[in-house]
Amino acid sequence: MTSLLAVLIDGSIYASWLFLVAAGLTVIYGVMRILNMAHGSFYAIGAYSAASLVGWYFNNGMGPAWVSYLLLVGAALVAGLIVGVIVERGLLRLMYGRDEILMVIITYALLLILEDGMKIVWGVSPYFAYQPYSELGRTSLGLLKVSNYDVALVGVSALLGLGLWAWLERTNQGKVLRAVIHDREIAVAMGVNVKLMFTITFVLGTTLGALAGALTAPAISVVPGIGIEVIVLAFAVVVIGGLGSIGGAAVGALLVGLSRAAAVHYAPEFELFVIYGVMSLVLAFRPEGLFGRTLARKI
Amino acid sequence: MRLDKTEISLGLIALACVLFGFVSPGWLIFLLTIALAKALVVQGVVMQMRSGLVSFGQGLFYCIGGYTVGMGGQFFGIHDAIAALSLGMFVAIVVAMLLGLLLTRYREIFFAMLSLAFSMILFGILVKSQELGSTDGFNVHDWTLFGWAPEAGAGSQHTVFTMTVVSGLIVAVLIHRYTKAGIGVICEAVRENEVRVEYLGLSPRWLLYGNYVAAAAVSALGGGLTALATGHVDPEMAYWTTSGEFVFIALLGGLGHVAAPFIAAIVFSFVRTYAIEFVPHTWQMILGFTLLAVIIFLPKGLWSLVSREKTGERA
Amino acid sequence: MKNNKSKFSKYLVSGVAALALAAGAAGSASAAENGKFRVGIVTFLSGPAAGPFGVPSANAAKVLVEELNKGNLPAPYDKIGINGAEIEAVIIDEAGGATKQVEEYRNLVQRQKVDAVIGYVSSGDCLAIAPVAEELKTFTIAYDCGTPRLFADNPDAAYMFRTGLDASVDNIGAVRYLAATRPDVTRLAGIQQNYSWGQDSWADFTAAASVLMPEAEIVEEQFPKIYQGQYGAEISALSVKRPEIVHSSFWGGDMEALVLQANARGLLEDATGLLTCGEASFATYKDQAPNGMIIGARGPFGQFAPDNELNTWFEGVYQNAYDLEPVYPATKMAQAILGLKYAAENAGVADKEIPSAEQLAAAMKGATFESVSGTVEMARANGHQAMQGITYGEYHYEDGVASIKNAVSFDGECVTPPEGVAAADWIADGFPGAKCN
Repeated sequence: MTSLLAVLIDGSIYASWLFLVAAGLTVIYGVMRILNMAHGSFYAIGAYSAASLVGWYFNNGMGPAWVSYLLLVGAALVAGLIVGVIVERGLLRLMYGRDEILMVIITYALLLILEDGMKIVWGVSPYFAYQPYSELGRTSLGLLKVSNYDVALVGVSALLGLGLWAWLERTNQGKVLRAVIHDREIAVAMGVNVKLMFTITFVLGTTLGALAGALTAPAISVVPGIGIEVIVLAFAVVVIGGLGSIGGAAVGALLVGLSRAAAVHYAPEFELFVIYGVMSLVLAFRPEGLFGRTLARKI
Repeated sequence: MRLDKTEISLGLIALACVLFGFVSPGWLIFLLTIALAKALVVQGVVMQMRSGLVSFGQGLFYCIGGYTVGMGGQFFGIHDAIAALSLGMFVAIVVAMLLGLLLTRYREIFFAMLSLAFSMILFGILVKSQELGSTDGFNVHDWTLFGWAPEAGAGSQHTVFTMTVVSGLIVAVLIHRYTKAGIGVICEAVRENEVRVEYLGLSPRWLLYGNYVAAAAVSALGGGLTALATGHVDPEMAYWTTSGEFVFIALLGGLGHVAAPFIAAIVFSFVRTYAIEFVPHTWQMILGFTLLAVIIFLPKGLWSLVSREKTGERA
Repeated sequence: MKNNKSKFSKYLVSGVAALALAAGAAGSASAAENGKFRVGIVTFLSGPAAGPFGVPSANAAKVLVEELNKGNLPAPYDKIGINGAEIEAVIIDEAGGATKQVEEYRNLVQRQKVDAVIGYVSSGDCLAIAPVAEELKTFTIAYDCGTPRLFADNPDAAYMFRTGLDASVDNIGAVRYLAATRPDVTRLAGIQQNYSWGQDSWADFTAAASVLMPEAEIVEEQFPKIYQGQYGAEISALSVKRPEIVHSSFWGGDMEALVLQANARGLLEDATGLLTCGEASFATYKDQAPNGMIIGARGPFGQFAPDNELNTWFEGVYQNAYDLEPVYPATKMAQAILGLKYAAENAGVADKEIPSAEQLAAAMKGATFESVSGTVEMARANGHQAMQGITYGEYHYEDGVASIKNAVSFDGECVTPPEGVAAADWIADGFPGAKCN
């Protein structure tokens, strides 16, 4: 019983983290058709900004702890905004209309540059921002002790998902964005400022990535290379759910999260294969992912 | 057999490379060997790219080739290099024939991610295999060529280099003929518009399948040669960043000509090794900027340096 | 199209020629004999291993080379540079995998013409380099990698040496420490990164525990992917089995994240953590690691290095240069450089002369030299592998100061298999011939 409960809890926590990481990726792909390899770097930039800001806050005289949560989110927003605008205006704008695969490679080059760039800015020593994590304490459920911060993350992730969904489905801007997703050319013909929508989307995507990093930072040691590790995970989740679908990313994250937690508890030797196994299985039966749209074949 | 001018040029260059091998320093031969062996894997990527598929898992066959050569010598007593390389290609073909049945149903990013997934599954299996040294891998040594054992050091290095150049030449000529033949031209048609090709009464799927299997064999050859040259194999060969590097080199060279992957692989190796020497802390950044520069100024890859001048001459 | 084909050969040949020329020029430039002792230093400058291992090691190398060139070291290392010749260090990034490292090693030796190479944290890199070192006949010191296969797979190694200890020593030492300080422990658990290092460490630890602590059982083992960073599910799986000891060979960011998360979730209050590489993050835990957590330094290095004159001096200059205490990878790098200096100055060549690789190897083989970690005996693997003792202790943090308590040291012969015996066999046979203090 305990371990079943543990699987559910661990699985949801991991899934909420996966969703946070994957959401930005799927938004950018959905609208711009860019598979952003540098998404992991935005995650890492968010983590570094948050960790250095929160670390600085606590090292220079203790203020109230709740401020640090604002700092976490604030650091992510600012970092995501700045990096997003620079990359979109300075680089991607020159490249629109190129082959999808070429865009993948452009973002790959960006990843290489940003990885070393972060090393220049933050060095290689670890950064910590553990106070927000330990401050919230933990809850005991029998033998199982759960960190409240992790549980809160599930809530944040759910709220974020709902917010994104509501924005896309319930607002005017969302409607325009969906029009761009559905058919870019018709949208342009209808007078949609696609360029502006692209900027908004890309900045939103990078900010989501940075936010995922910032919210993860308190529980980890922020070191070089953390961004590389999340890319493939995020890609897998997005592909499982269907590219460009927020709901799909959520379901994909849950599927991977729960399977992984189950593997850790019941069959640790398969843990390494879980994510790729799930992805292969899903794609074998649903070649476009769970919520992907089957596109009409153009002649 | 009539050779066209490209084939003659390729043959002459290969001969020049082999001769050059006798006068150049050891490190340069090694660098060229690895670059050319990797270029074979890149050829596999490019073959599929011509028909519109991008494999982010070509490391799978690179790794199969390398491990078959290593395990052949270590466990099954296959010490002959040609036999081991052929066995590696054979294993890769068998695996590709199975996986291809599934993979050729997919396009675009789904093909990319699924090929990546299979490569990562092999990586996982190798990491779990402690008999094979897990992530540390194992050494490849004591190989022979038709019963002749090249002396360790410079001798075996030259032998692998020559083998790699000859393999590269054979593969290049075959691919050149293939792309010029009707079926190769159809590959481009598949990339442009698959449905129309179908309406012409051809099966793009089986074309892609054949492509996939052939690319696997070529990549395994590259992996096997890398193993012989390095003297070591490890699961990193199947890791997704390795496959990413192959796509990187493929785009660096462009799809313009069969020689492009070789040139791109050599340029890539030189840029990397000198970046590591002169800016050990930020060499990745140099690679990133190089790639961006190529994409911005030479959208069709390094090969467009050659073809662009040509169009100029013609005008 | 046709008339263009004839241009191909011209372009290609001129391209190849240009590359060859460029390479040749670069090659001859660095091949200039300048009378300096060139040492290649290879360690991680990028990626997750850079922070905990690579950069502290590279920093140690830089400061030590600088001081050596000024002749500032205490005796017996007070001679300028190496054997009177100024040292020139060529530092290279170890990231990128074994194939790339073989390529870079060849570049170091054949293009940069280094006289010796010191490096390698990754066991895979060490294993790939070993045969190449023999092929190129280059004196090479592995300073950190831990695989016992280094000399088991290369029994005839003539040019490859290792001044650090192999990983089985870490885990035999860890079990001996538990048996000495916590003999009543019965429930052991482990969490390792899923790659060679983690797998080998856990195999040695469990084997040694079954001999030295027969009452203890293994209640849980977890193998998360390396660099995963999030250990929520693994910590739950460990917690529900109520272990008394949680052994881990984690390192770097993974280890710090594990400690952070396991501590916040109470696992490290209910169970005692035992981290074989724990000392590398000694300065970063602060109050995030519980008092009493057992940490090791893979030998008498870092915080566990003795208070001898050399080490006091080394800690002083390192602290001066970087405002940090040296962690174990830094000490190990210093040890390798001192080993090289010892070999060069005892190779029987004239002052300022640079000995050949054969002379260096002959002087190093079976040598006993003084180091920052005390006396090092090259007493295993035909005199190519260092033998030293190992120390474990508990981490304590009070009033903003971290310290080690209850440290226990074990002699080299207590934790190292006799010559020619594989660690696994030695453990299984019940440590025959072990001499413990």
